[in-house]
Amino acid sequence: VNVDEVELRQLVPRVLSVLVGRGADFATAEDAVQEALIRALSAWEAERPADPTGWLITVAWRAFLDLIRSESARHDREVRFDTEPPAGAVPSADDTLRLYFLCAHPELTPSSAVALTLRAVGGLTTRQIAQAYLVPEATMAQRISRAKRVIGREGVDRPGDLRTVMRVLYLVFNEGYSGDVDLAAEAIRLTRQLAALADDPEVHGLLALMLLHHARRRSRTRPDGSLVPLAVQDRSQWDTDLIAEGIVITHAALARDQLGEYQAQAAIAALHADAPCVEETDWLQIVEWYDELLRFADTPIVRLNRAVAVGEADGAPAGLAALAEVDEQVPRRDAVAAYLHEKNGDLELAVRLYAEAARRAPSLAERDHQMRQAVRLNQGRPGA
Amino acid sequence: MAKYLLLKHYRGAPAAVNDVPMDQWKPDEVEAHFQFMHDFAERLERSGEFIDGQALSPDGMWVRSDGGGRPPVTDGPFAETKDLIAGWMVIDVDSQERAIELAGELSAAPGAGGEPIHEWLEVRPFLTAPPTDSQ
Repeated sequence: VNVDEVELRQLVPRVLSVLVGRGADFATAEDAVQEALIRALSAWEAERPADPTGWLITVAWRAFLDLIRSESARHDREVRFDTEPPAGAVPSADDTLRLYFLCAHPELTPSSAVALTLRAVGGLTTRQIAQAYLVPEATMAQRISRAKRVIGREGVDRPGDLRTVMRVLYLVFNEGYSGDVDLAAEAIRLTRQLAALADDPEVHGLLALMLLHHARRRSRTRPDGSLVPLAVQDRSQWDTDLIAEGIVITHAALARDQLGEYQAQAAIAALHADAPCVEETDWLQIVEWYDELLRFADTPIVRLNRAVAVGEADGAPAGLAALAEVDEQVPRRDAVAAYLHEKNGDLELAVRLYAEAARRAPSLAERDHQMRQAVRLNQGRPGA
Repeated sequence: MAKYLLLKHYRGAPAAVNDVPMDQWKPDEVEAHFQFMHDFAERLERSGEFIDGQALSPDGMWVRSDGGGRPPVTDGPFAETKDLIAGWMVIDVDSQERAIELAGELSAAPGAGGEPIHEWLEVRPFLTAPPTDSQ
């Protein structure tokens, strides 16, 4: 029997809320739930309990008692909990939402908030999180306990808010796929859960954005890991169910007339996903959405992406004019400049810029991609 | 088994025999190079000799403490004259001969004109843990 790990992990926030509701401190309760989760992963192989939540709560509560007993033995303190659990209130949706807020505490560094969210809300084991981020398990364990100490010190009364939670989930999503945990899929699962708990159009915008990007993942890389740019992706490989869902969620969110940065980004992603081929992309509307996005997030990266869209909508000279206003230091600026100069017919400059883009690429896949662009263009250039 | 670090340099190593910047190569020569590098790491993984490999950005800087309470000083980006490591691979092999053999193969990655690059690679043995029977 294989344990349905996702089903198991969905129970984690509820179990943790029960323990906290019974008076357990967050940090120890979280360790106890992790312990119960790891036991469930092996125990449920043999036989899945009839009441999985009850099983987890019982085992987590015992683990909690063991933890505070050994803790109090170390510090010669009295154990304050009876073995028989107090009744405690039944956890509500608000308790799970509170866990999200706690794990995205504004005093936590982004990497700590990400790790804690994946463990306390996502129900991943420390080992899985460590593998996903390619760090040793001991390092990840330290990061998580440090995060919990910060929360203990800063107080659980001033947790984060939806904005900090969404930033954490978006970070998880962008980490993509490495190791045996699909972080993009996990980010989508957690955002879906969040959207059910917090009825905010920006959360729906974030969910739609993730779905629309996720829909294209198969076509974004070749089997050897090399990158395929949007313009030449095989659109028949796009996941039409995810796209349809993403578009419906985007429209419903936009209809509520409380625009924000994630909805604007989802609108842009929806316009790309909706185009049967790159030539039929509605670039004019995409530029308009970038202008909206700038109102909420005027960053060099948004301006860089806007310059690409302007180049498609109004021609390469307009794109280059838009690019001129983008910070020189922003990553991938050379790549965009190379593309726009190539489009503008200035091939010699484009080759130089592609080579420079390869030199400054933030990943190997991108370096190889930009180098391919440079040699492709160098080859076709008259007199080269 | 003994671990060795293979270091590839952007700068600071003696010039390669076939020393042409990659943006001057033909597209199929570039593809052949990428394929070779990919296959090389994969082959070592299969033989159980691959530990880790990473590429480094050519951007970087020198940093030194300037004493208590003061921010560290930097020597700015690596100047043109400075040695610049491009990446590393850690292998775990049976002998120094094997480490040299593998570095030699890697050095012969195909380059411009489809000819081997014959670039210089640095091979550095790891200092090992003391043997368990030493007192």
